[in-house]
Amino acid sequence: MAMSLCLAATVIGIVWLFLILFSLVWNGVPHLSLSTFIEQTPPPGEQDGGLANAIFGTLLMTVIGVGIGAPIGILAGTYLAEYGRYEKLSPTVRFINDILLSAPSIIIGLFIYGAVVVPMKHFSALAGSLALAVIVIPVVVRTTEDMLSLVPNTLREAASALGLPRAHVVWHVSYRAARSGIITGVLLAVARIAGETAPLLFTAFSNNFWSSNLLKPMASLPATINTFINTPDTNMKQLAWTGALLITVAVLTLNIAARALSNSKHDK
Amino acid sequence: MTEKISVRNLKFFYGATLALKGISIPLYANKVTAFIGPSGCGKSTLLRVLNRMYDLYPGQRAEGEVIFDGKNILEPGQDLNLLRARVGMVFQKPTPFPMTIYENIAFGLKLYENLSKSELDGRVEDALKRAALWTEVKDKLGANGLSLSGGQQQRLCIARTVAIRPEVILFDEPCSALDPISTAKIEELIDELKHDYTIAIVTHNMQQAARVSERTAFMYLGELIEFGETSKIFTAPSDPRTQDYITGRFG
Repeated sequence: MAMSLCLAATVIGIVWLFLILFSLVWNGVPHLSLSTFIEQTPPPGEQDGGLANAIFGTLLMTVIGVGIGAPIGILAGTYLAEYGRYEKLSPTVRFINDILLSAPSIIIGLFIYGAVVVPMKHFSALAGSLALAVIVIPVVVRTTEDMLSLVPNTLREAASALGLPRAHVVWHVSYRAARSGIITGVLLAVARIAGETAPLLFTAFSNNFWSSNLLKPMASLPATINTFINTPDTNMKQLAWTGALLITVAVLTLNIAARALSNSKHDK
Repeated sequence: MTEKISVRNLKFFYGATLALKGISIPLYANKVTAFIGPSGCGKSTLLRVLNRMYDLYPGQRAEGEVIFDGKNILEPGQDLNLLRARVGMVFQKPTPFPMTIYENIAFGLKLYENLSKSELDGRVEDALKRAALWTEVKDKLGANGLSLSGGQQQRLCIARTVAIRPEVILFDEPCSALDPISTAKIEELIDELKHDYTIAIVTHNMQQAARVSERTAFMYLGELIEFGETSKIFTAPSDPRTQDYITGRFG
């Protein structure tokens, strides 16, 4: 009885997942073409157009967000696991990090709006990237600390017993032992921010034109989907579906890559 | 005989718990000193004072004197990394680093000495020969250290320790995770190494203590009960507790 209930629940869960994927493919694939990747987002009433500026914006802001967030996250995670393991500060940092980890992303968007957009007096890709970075940090802090904590202490003792300074122990031994786990954490963080909409809406805003200026508003896939799906224009609606499909495929690929990487670690 | 290390009235605390209750013992140069005693008697703790390994953990502290080449290493302001390079340690479980066999040895060396590639190769080979591992690994120096068997891994750890040319080597139950054949190899190795190094070994295996050491210390509940020539400790101990322990009546 209990087993059939569990099984039924599992089936229901999986069915929804496949329904979502199916509707994405069903609605997204027909409009998918080369022009999706090379043409810009169209104004209402036009028939063609693509998502090139939105794809570029998402890629750029994701890369910058991870570029800022991942190093900070890795260093903070390293502090918690290596240097500050026994410090009184660590449980506090860990607690705050956990809160940040579960903070609604729209709150983070609001924070960056207040901290960056308002002083600069306009929306910008930089503000969007910073909002994404703030989301990346707690994810990476957590995975880095967890992965470093899995490195056996005997390994650190052995390295210290050779007279290696602490920084060398961390760099050559701990990081090397935890490398694939830390990279997995960064990949998962990328997957997390690639699909974020809320923190971009009032930071990077959106842009119907090609822009690579970090100080100007910039389009992104999630924000474009959010705008286009709410229009009565059929062409734009279809592009929104295509964009949703692209994001889903990208996030899925990242997750599978992260999974494959963390599995390969155990094979050694 | 020269005392390479002299421990004088050493007290050790884990937080408020007194784990060593005023130990005084010499480690003679180029001799093997074995530490035996039941679990929790403080023998590993004593070993971890000699290279100040305990410093990695807060709340652990030592009082008294440990004189190493005329200097008290317990005094503040020591260069602990230099001390640990001079007083090497081999652990209970083999701990190869997650890198190649070659790098496992070269990596510590590169930090301390500015060696050319050929000098480095020579030192790695020399260390592996001293650890009696060279013939087994000379064709696969690029293989991961973790791919070796447990006994080979332990000899790799010994090679790694020997490579940086310490003066003292501390063995903390080096054979407890190994099979009898690997154990015999490590014991032979310790016998070889004592010509160049001063050796201290903690072991639960009394036959091993009897086989490899010249001096034996019996510890019980944080105290040094008896210390003397190994042959005497195992044939005519003067303390009844030593007698009881080596005859297997407790511990």
